[in-house]
Amino acid sequence: MKQKLTQSFLQYAGLLGVLVLLIAVFSFSSKNFFQTQTLVTIANSNPDLIFVSVGMTLVLIVAGIDLSVGSLLALGSAVIGVLMVRHEWSLPAAFSVCLLVTGLCGLFNGFVSVWFSIPSFIVSLGMLEMARGGTKVITDSQTMYIGSRVEAFGEPLQWVPLSPAFLVAVMAVIAGQFLLTKTVFGRYCVAIGTNEEAVRMSGIRTAPITIAAFMILGLLCGLASLSQTSRLSSADPNAAIGLELSAIAACVIGGTSLMGGRGSVVASFIGVLIIAVLQSGLAQLGVEDAIKQLITGAVIITAVLLDALRVRWGKKSG
Amino acid sequence: MTKRYGNVTVLRDVDFDLRGGEIHALLGANGAGKSTLCKMIAGLTEVTAGSMRIEGDVYAPHHKQAAESAGVQIIQQELNLIPTLNVAENLLLNRLPSFAGIVSSRTLHRQARAALDRLQLDDVDTHALVGELGVGHRQMVEIAAALARECKILILDEPTAALSGSETQLLFDQLSQLRDRGVGMIYISHRLDEVKRIADRVTVLRDGRHVGTETAESMSTDQMVQRMSGELADERSDHSRSDQQPDAEIRQRATASAEESDHRNDSTVLAVETLCCGIVRDVSFQLRAGETFGIAGLVGSGRTELLRAIFGADRAESGQVCVAGKPPARFGHPSQAVTAGLAMVTEDRKQNGLLLQQSIRCNTSLSAMFKRFSRYGLITPAREATVAGEMCRAMETRCTGIEQSVGTLSGGNQQKVAIAKWLTRDADVFLFDEPTRGIDVGARRRIYELFEELASAGKGIVIVSSDLDELMETCDRIAVMSAGRLVETRERSLWTEDAILQASFAGHRTKESQRLTGT
Repeated sequence: MKQKLTQSFLQYAGLLGVLVLLIAVFSFSSKNFFQTQTLVTIANSNPDLIFVSVGMTLVLIVAGIDLSVGSLLALGSAVIGVLMVRHEWSLPAAFSVCLLVTGLCGLFNGFVSVWFSIPSFIVSLGMLEMARGGTKVITDSQTMYIGSRVEAFGEPLQWVPLSPAFLVAVMAVIAGQFLLTKTVFGRYCVAIGTNEEAVRMSGIRTAPITIAAFMILGLLCGLASLSQTSRLSSADPNAAIGLELSAIAACVIGGTSLMGGRGSVVASFIGVLIIAVLQSGLAQLGVEDAIKQLITGAVIITAVLLDALRVRWGKKSG
Repeated sequence: MTKRYGNVTVLRDVDFDLRGGEIHALLGANGAGKSTLCKMIAGLTEVTAGSMRIEGDVYAPHHKQAAESAGVQIIQQELNLIPTLNVAENLLLNRLPSFAGIVSSRTLHRQARAALDRLQLDDVDTHALVGELGVGHRQMVEIAAALARECKILILDEPTAALSGSETQLLFDQLSQLRDRGVGMIYISHRLDEVKRIADRVTVLRDGRHVGTETAESMSTDQMVQRMSGELADERSDHSRSDQQPDAEIRQRATASAEESDHRNDSTVLAVETLCCGIVRDVSFQLRAGETFGIAGLVGSGRTELLRAIFGADRAESGQVCVAGKPPARFGHPSQAVTAGLAMVTEDRKQNGLLLQQSIRCNTSLSAMFKRFSRYGLITPAREATVAGEMCRAMETRCTGIEQSVGTLSGGNQQKVAIAKWLTRDADVFLFDEPTRGIDVGARRRIYELFEELASAGKGIVIVSSDLDELMETCDRIAVMSAGRLVETRERSLWTEDAILQASFAGHRTKESQRLTGT
């Protein structure tokens, strides 16, 4: 057991090293960075990206991709807003419908791409437009202010300074990692991403597995909607534009292969933290947005390069 | 000329000559060395020993371009055209007429038209997309593409495999014209009647050796088959066995043990009834418990397609498959076949047999994951690791441990893992497609032993193999497949390798004569 723990720690050592290094650099260069408050703020402002990255990891592992996550988040958020403001629904009821809608959208992405053998890139690109359009239709392109009724999920708790949203997101990470490594479903996902035809010829139906991965991502987008809505106290139809790229970047930094068959939910989570620390650290230093983008891009490429080199060295020594 | 791959000699001291303006047919059974010879001539593989001359000049092409500049063109079985480009672009792909990088469309089509006109292909539009042409026309365009370059020697590898009768006639007309223009052609085909019709001379290869060259007129199709199978040459077995000593020993041992142990009993474990799927036509056979059933045949005779149709990898058009104790069915997905008790070790283990990047453990447990290695959807890792370890020991897989990734194993050990995947699942009937292709002697020995073990456990085994020795020594019964049909099935002791070869050509000969009488 102990050996196993060390092993799994070593697996993430590189990523954690980068994270610690980033925190250290920012702590030295900016006096206010290494404070509980700063770290807590980082944690509380990123649960949506964590939720989405957990699901995106699964989808990337089955050799799919989903570009519609940002739009789905906005759509879910709009559903909550419309139901709570115009129809006076309670939060649990509105959130249930939100989950239903984003889950169905994920199901649609998976079903169409698998059943008609259309690349998921294309299907989800269409969904990206459709969901964003739908969001604008139901909200009349207006931000809907909901108020205190949704804020509890995003606000720090009394006994720890973390928000329920962040805690649930961490639970989603643990559940996702469990699903991926300990269940038959997770094993099938990895196998499908490695060689789908071999899995089929082993007598396993691959279509339901792949579709389920997309649906799980849809449901997690619903959770991300709730987290975002509660943080902003409102439903913004223009929310989370470009979120798909951040989520994919987080997964890739964590070592998930875009070719499928390789990835870890925990590593993607650390990937999110690296992006988040980088963003807020640079902001504290007063770096301009343009420069921030430049540096973020460079970090993504460096991370992937390091991973590619690691794989190459591993092949040579193994 | 001699060609070796590693320590396997596939072509040995072959002399071959081609005259200008003749069609020279090259005949031989699977693995006789026809394709290898052609590849050497076309510069696709290197010659190990020996030399070639074209019109007196030493000719030693190291790659295809060198061969092409010497005037040698090859048309292989797979079509090498790009379906999304039009005919003209395909014809002149490597030398599009252009100025400053901009393709001159008018010159392009004029040159393409000229190339087609030379073959009297008036009905082919140079603007048509190649993907929209019929197979016959595509074949003709490919030939035109080869001839559009300076061409003295044209090699055609099974050009009529995909052609209908009238398309074949069209092709033959063109080949005759080329002959009149002085082009020398090497023509490979399994269709012996075609060879009779078109070829001037015939060379027969067997086991990588040159058997004889004669004029086509002086040889009947029966004589061709005899030459290929070696009925008239008794020294053959000495030759082929002498350089494969370890192999021969193993096989003799396997023969000896197989003879002692006939595990067959009377219950039928698999019944295939009039199965049709693509090239596979009305195939029926029955397999008894403990029986090892071999399927021989030429490459392309539909053996792999038959196994895939039985296993549900391709959907059969008609017919049914009945596994013992289950209702008869036509499987639409491998999962149904596996549930019914079938297992299939595929021909191309890298393509559709193994997860190369994953560990031996993952691969071994894959097909039985749900059934044996999980509870409530959760993996039982201890059990998985134990069984994977047991399998490695039982199969004598050489590896550093069950976590080694399968891609880093040798071919033979990969095959052991591909088989172990099905042993953990346990099936009633095992289908093996070329189970020992490209694997070392040790692994082959272990796999032959495994056939024994499975048979003695009352399993049914179907083996498709191009290695006749292998079939003769592992199987109880052998069926021969030819042109999509099972043409003959006999007990192993009633077959000779020559008889199997003769039967392999049976389907082509009847089909060909039917076609001739029909038209």
